[in-house]
Amino acid sequence: MDEKERQRLLDDLLARQAKGQLKAADRYAIGPQSMPEQDPKARRRNVSEVATGYTELQARLEAMRCLQCRNAPCVEGCPVRIRIRDFVTEIAAGRYREALAIIRENSLLPAICGRVCPQETQCQEKCTVGRRFKDSTQAVSIGRLERFVADMDYADEGMPNVAPETGMKVAVIGSGPGGIVAAADVRRQGHAVTIFEAFHKPGGVLVYGIPEFRLPKAIVRKELETLRRMGVEIVCNFIVGRTRTVAQLMHEDGYDAVYIGVGAGLPHFMGIEGESLVGVYSANEYLTRANLMKAYEFGAGADTPIAMSRRVAVVGGGNVAMDAARTAVRLGAEKVYLVYRRTEKEMPARVEEVHHAKQEGVEFLLLQSPRRIIGDDECYVRAIECLKFELGEPDDSGRRRPMPIEGSEFQIEVDTVIIAIGNGANPLIRQTTPGLEFNRWGNIVVDEKCRTSLEGVYAGGDIVLGAATVILAMGQGRVAAAAINEYLADKARKRL
Amino acid sequence: MAHRILTKQQLSENVFTAEVEAPLIARARRPGQFVIVSVSDDYGERIPLTIAGADPEKGTIRLIWQRVGKTTAEMADIPAGGQLASVVGPLGKPTHIEKFGAVVCVGGGIGNAPLLPIVQALKEAGNTIISILGARTKDLLILEDEFGAFSDELVVVTDDGSYGRKALVTEPLEEVCQRSDKPDQAFVIGPAMMMKFCCDVTRRYTVPTQVSLNTIMVDGTGMCGGCRIEYDGQAKFVCVDGPEFDGHKVNFDLLMRRLAGYRSQERQAYENYRRHRCRIGLDPAMGEQ
Repeated sequence: MDEKERQRLLDDLLARQAKGQLKAADRYAIGPQSMPEQDPKARRRNVSEVATGYTELQARLEAMRCLQCRNAPCVEGCPVRIRIRDFVTEIAAGRYREALAIIRENSLLPAICGRVCPQETQCQEKCTVGRRFKDSTQAVSIGRLERFVADMDYADEGMPNVAPETGMKVAVIGSGPGGIVAAADVRRQGHAVTIFEAFHKPGGVLVYGIPEFRLPKAIVRKELETLRRMGVEIVCNFIVGRTRTVAQLMHEDGYDAVYIGVGAGLPHFMGIEGESLVGVYSANEYLTRANLMKAYEFGAGADTPIAMSRRVAVVGGGNVAMDAARTAVRLGAEKVYLVYRRTEKEMPARVEEVHHAKQEGVEFLLLQSPRRIIGDDECYVRAIECLKFELGEPDDSGRRRPMPIEGSEFQIEVDTVIIAIGNGANPLIRQTTPGLEFNRWGNIVVDEKCRTSLEGVYAGGDIVLGAATVILAMGQGRVAAAAINEYLADKARKRL
Repeated sequence: MAHRILTKQQLSENVFTAEVEAPLIARARRPGQFVIVSVSDDYGERIPLTIAGADPEKGTIRLIWQRVGKTTAEMADIPAGGQLASVVGPLGKPTHIEKFGAVVCVGGGIGNAPLLPIVQALKEAGNTIISILGARTKDLLILEDEFGAFSDELVVVTDDGSYGRKALVTEPLEEVCQRSDKPDQAFVIGPAMMMKFCCDVTRRYTVPTQVSLNTIMVDGTGMCGGCRIEYDGQAKFVCVDGPEFDGHKVNFDLLMRRLAGYRSQERQAYENYRRHRCRIGLDPAMGEQ
């Protein structure tokens, strides 16, 4: 469908809607608007964003597919309860500013969430349209619509009001999605906020982890700029637990409350032979080199090198594994394998990411897992030896447990192996913050208000949840900020 | 927050030292810890450097580095008064200091820099210090006087015999280990090859030996795992589990391979940098190349 046809269809739908004649069947008949994308061959050689975004007509047609259900089940599926039905209705009517205002009531980072949220397992999973077709890919594309309005880039928009200064100070540790949200919400109440970031650039996983082709850095920069304009101070190259401890921040530096949003940040390895060979990376390292350190521009400005791989095996089936595989493609690898021990159905990665990876030529090796990594005489990776698996009975996660098939070993010749099987909890805060309670996996224990065992100390995101998502981290940042604001208001009252 | 270089000195042909503004790190750092330094926020690489000393009052730390690649060369070219884009830390676990008794401390080349604050702390804890310092040649020997001030016994060796005894550090180390009152503890910091051979010696004499490892790193906080080593058959992260380890359990051969993993790219980056400096007239010595 071209733009002219879209215009005709939209006009027709609007006319019938005005006359009260638009039926559910008409909305079903519109059909999902496909996301415009860069050609797979072209994008294998660049780092520009893959999905280029809906046109205005596509967005309005997609929004017209929404049935405007009275009970709005989509809202139930959203971790931060955005009034989805209402903002979609505004888009259908062409009132984008209003739509964005509705989203901003609950989400500070729509341009980011519209891109990286797993909508198909959240809001879109509950969508009545998708249910009608028994296919969540037929649901209204809520995320794409969110992205569409967030990208409108209104010059006068995006600077929330800040209450008069209260004289209270809050430290936010980590500048990832949870920290950004917590900082903004606390700052709005008039408290002074300092964000401490360990890296030399703020943004956390949004800048070191998620690649440019999926989330352009300019979007993250813009959100951080908004924070700065609100008066939030961002201090980089500052490692809480090393440069200063949590106790020092509170008892010597005058911070009244602390939010810990440091992320998970300790990559798991498999514990197999050969994992320390040259050419074996954690996905964290590979992605950090490529994204944050811009290794894709090595020799053209950037100083950080990355393996010049010909044949790469990525181990894992989550979004990070897809990001690593697709990054390897862009860095010029001839062959990229993705090795996953279950089937595609069990993959935690988003369907869209799996689809994009395949389009870009990543070859999926399913029901297989590396048993050892084999090096040459100089300790460079030469091959991986894999074992084949079959699915057995469901395990604790409800997914069928992969069982190794004895004697099924085979080798794949590769020069680079990227391990993307998740992250554990970074021990730095634990080692340096006496009195803070952790569970046996090293995650910080919090209550429903994100309060920790230490007064005035709050925590959220991956360091609490284990590996989760951007939106869940944001949700906790918001909960913690509300609790911090309440705590500080209480503290102020007691001072009077 | 940029970090000003207050003073800078060339210690030998390729070794430099600078006093760098970093007030929080100067206060927090303890012997054995390191920082990660970058010369440019946008394109710079992050390299780990051990802290050779600090002045908490003045708010400065002392760095000592060897010009081996692009970033270390660029650092050498920044004049006093200039700035480093970032200095982050202090990282790693501090050295475990206690009264061991007699401690033999072996420093090789640039390794003397991180060894000095450890020797200082060991001395303050009441240990008897035997220092063995090695260098390829006389001009490359650094910090001899400083070590002299904290050592009960100081042995200097050079590979070519241009200064001190003509020997590798392993020779005097073995002699010290053979004494009737053999040392209770050894600390060895230097090139990986030297640490490997020193550990072979102390293992034979069952002298517990701490080594400090300097691997390739990106973040320095445990996030990337690029610094991992094989330790007692298991993977350990130098940045958070180290940088000091029981040298008898470190797989040095693999460590050296991993250190060399980017050699060709590093060489290319260094070459490009030197050519660039030459083109803009800053490095006339490179004119013919």
